[in-house]
Amino acid sequence: MNNGVVNVLLVGVGGQGTILAGRVLSRAAASLGGEVKVSDIHGMAQRGGSVVTQVRFGPRVYSPVMAPGTADFLVAFEKLEARRWLYYLKDGGQLIVNNQELPPLPVLTGAAVYPDNLVAEMEKLVKNMLVIDALDLARRAGNVKAVNMVLMGALARRLPISREAWEEALAASVPDRFLEVNKKAFNLGWEQNG
Amino acid sequence: MRELLIGNHALARGAWEAGVRVAAAYPGTPSTEIIEALAGYPEVYAEWAPNEKVALEVAIGAAIGGARSLAAMKHVGVNVAADPLMTLAYTGVNAGLVLVSADDPGLFSSQNEQDNRFYARMAQIPCLEPADSQEVKDMAMLAFSLSEEFDTPVILRLTTRIAHSYSLVELGERREVPLKDYVKQPAKYVMLPAFGKVRHRVVEERRLKLAAYAETTPLNRVEWADRRVGVISSGVAYQYVKEALPGVSVLKLGLTYPLPEKLIRDFVNAVDTCYVVEELEPFLEDQIRALGLAVTGKELVPRVDELSSVIVARTVGSRVAAFAPELVSPALAPAARAPEAAATAAAELPGRPPLMCPGCPHRGVFYVLKKLQLVVAGDIGCYTLGATPPLQAMDTCICMGASLGVAMGMEKARGPEFARRVVGVIGDSTFLHSGMTGLLDMVYNGSNGTLIILDNGTTAMTGHQDHPGTGYTAAHRHAPKADLEQIARALGVQRVQVVDSYDLEAVERAIREETAAAGPSVIIARRPCALLHKEKEAVYLVDKENCLGCRYCLELGCPALSFNGEQAVIDPIQCNGCGLCIQVCPAEAIRKAGEGNE
Repeated sequence: MNNGVVNVLLVGVGGQGTILAGRVLSRAAASLGGEVKVSDIHGMAQRGGSVVTQVRFGPRVYSPVMAPGTADFLVAFEKLEARRWLYYLKDGGQLIVNNQELPPLPVLTGAAVYPDNLVAEMEKLVKNMLVIDALDLARRAGNVKAVNMVLMGALARRLPISREAWEEALAASVPDRFLEVNKKAFNLGWEQNG
Repeated sequence: MRELLIGNHALARGAWEAGVRVAAAYPGTPSTEIIEALAGYPEVYAEWAPNEKVALEVAIGAAIGGARSLAAMKHVGVNVAADPLMTLAYTGVNAGLVLVSADDPGLFSSQNEQDNRFYARMAQIPCLEPADSQEVKDMAMLAFSLSEEFDTPVILRLTTRIAHSYSLVELGERREVPLKDYVKQPAKYVMLPAFGKVRHRVVEERRLKLAAYAETTPLNRVEWADRRVGVISSGVAYQYVKEALPGVSVLKLGLTYPLPEKLIRDFVNAVDTCYVVEELEPFLEDQIRALGLAVTGKELVPRVDELSSVIVARTVGSRVAAFAPELVSPALAPAARAPEAAATAAAELPGRPPLMCPGCPHRGVFYVLKKLQLVVAGDIGCYTLGATPPLQAMDTCICMGASLGVAMGMEKARGPEFARRVVGVIGDSTFLHSGMTGLLDMVYNGSNGTLIILDNGTTAMTGHQDHPGTGYTAAHRHAPKADLEQIARALGVQRVQVVDSYDLEAVERAIREETAAAGPSVIIARRPCALLHKEKEAVYLVDKENCLGCRYCLELGCPALSFNGEQAVIDPIQCNGCGLCIQVCPAEAIRKAGEGNE
């Protein structure tokens, strides 16, 4: 339906590394030889707001942004953000969600409540859902900040991009001194089965 | 070699390949990365100017001086630079000059979503609208040649989705363009009325030549497909059209001012029905209608907010689907039918608004402003978030530098007593951008008002760019550091105080003193941006035995502070040890980690 275009939506909270994840994914996708388009939202979003990166790749990609209901993959770095952007996932699309809660300010100040049944609710709505504890896996890899690469690893296994292309993309996007930790995190993510 | 680049980096690359020598800008989303990238090329002099007007004037001087030059700014920055722009249109250039206008449909980080294509029409100069990063680079290069061929500044108009989207770009090498001779030509460059009158005729002749060029340039092209439906589009809107209506014929305009009359007329006449799909205002549509051609545009496509392929599918797409469903993308049909319902479900979740970072030096000042219930004339920067809950201590925010004039106007409207309850609040970068003249007005015209300069030593909102007060240039070289106290005093302000933004008592005392005092006052609340100050202080924690659960600390709106139902909790990962919470806690229940028993 998408003319061979794969749509991946990465959602999270400012500071979680969604933008870097998007860069690694887009570099890896460029190895397929077709077109790649990526759209980030900058500016005020970096101040702890909801962050969205859209990656689209295929033989011919026009719009840098995808339509709701057309994402083949929704990779959510946080549960509330997964629910917020779920309507972007197409029927039969794959949801990968990090089982982590980052309460937004209205919740911290008591003006709102963090929904307590998000995973159960999404399970009813989505056929293909993989819940992973990316924070724990990142910690095991050696750096809590590597949550983004754990999630990329989980995504990578489900995409038609070679392992070598991912490794090259990782090496090109991450400073040398963090490469080993990020590779480890990526591999731990790769091993997650859903 | 092909590389994934955002539009802004493709633009910098194109300008570099085209031999640009001088570039100037004031940071502003979504334009900031252009100068950051150009500052990395050794062949290019790239500067942060104090504001967009100066940036454009520097580019004008460079172009008259014979060097290819570029000025970059966000859409509202062009308002600031509009004065030189309108007369630059008369003088023309010597070497090529490109003005980049990065518009922000959808207001991702702006105070309005004005459509800057109108500037091209007002100034009678060419406007180019690329649709992806490759086109950004190609058009940036072409813009310099056009500028020189037609002796005109050229507007290269990006939008957020072009400026900040990555796509693949073919890289080339730099072509050195030698400096053009500088020849004194007062009749061309000194816009006395007598000379301006002559130059206006030149502008008109140039417009006609450009219109002729528009007919044949490959920037404007027809993509023939089914001739029952034609769509005229430009910029990112073209991509949405291709996505939503893959079967229709398209006239893609890359040069959107002046328009190619014959090309448009022939296209409209060759299709049964013609639509115009453009983001924001009916800029193309109005001009096409003025040619006497029947097209449909803004009666279907919204004038507000950013466009998307779904909106195109829902509006023009559903019209077309009624008689030629095969021309419309089936992939977008479900989203086009029911997008609102899905978005509404998401809207019921707790929002995640942008907020001041943990340890942000602005937080305490707004906490005090709220406590004192002052009327706050605000300005543009991270601190504009002081308007949002729970601080909600800002009454106005209009544009860069407006805090001073607005505070002054309120005082003059409502009298000196009211002035005791009004403060202007502005950041250091914004003050140097366009606050100084407002402060001069307060001195000159006898204000009793108070201005608070939130000096965090950077242009934080756009990603920590340097400015004349930081002591560094765009290329990270040492520079003289503008002294805010001296500037305020030199402008005639006698009462100038400096306080530590983290010291709530000192901030409150200063504000009380200065709002009560006669004459204009300046308070400089100083602390470096928490994101720049990397050394983390010892974090704070809550003593469970002492916490009363009063929630006073939550009034700070600090992301490290939350409430577990009965007591406050501090997240040690987020806490950066600014110590504001310890100052507002009435029960002495917060203390530094490592002090006392744990």
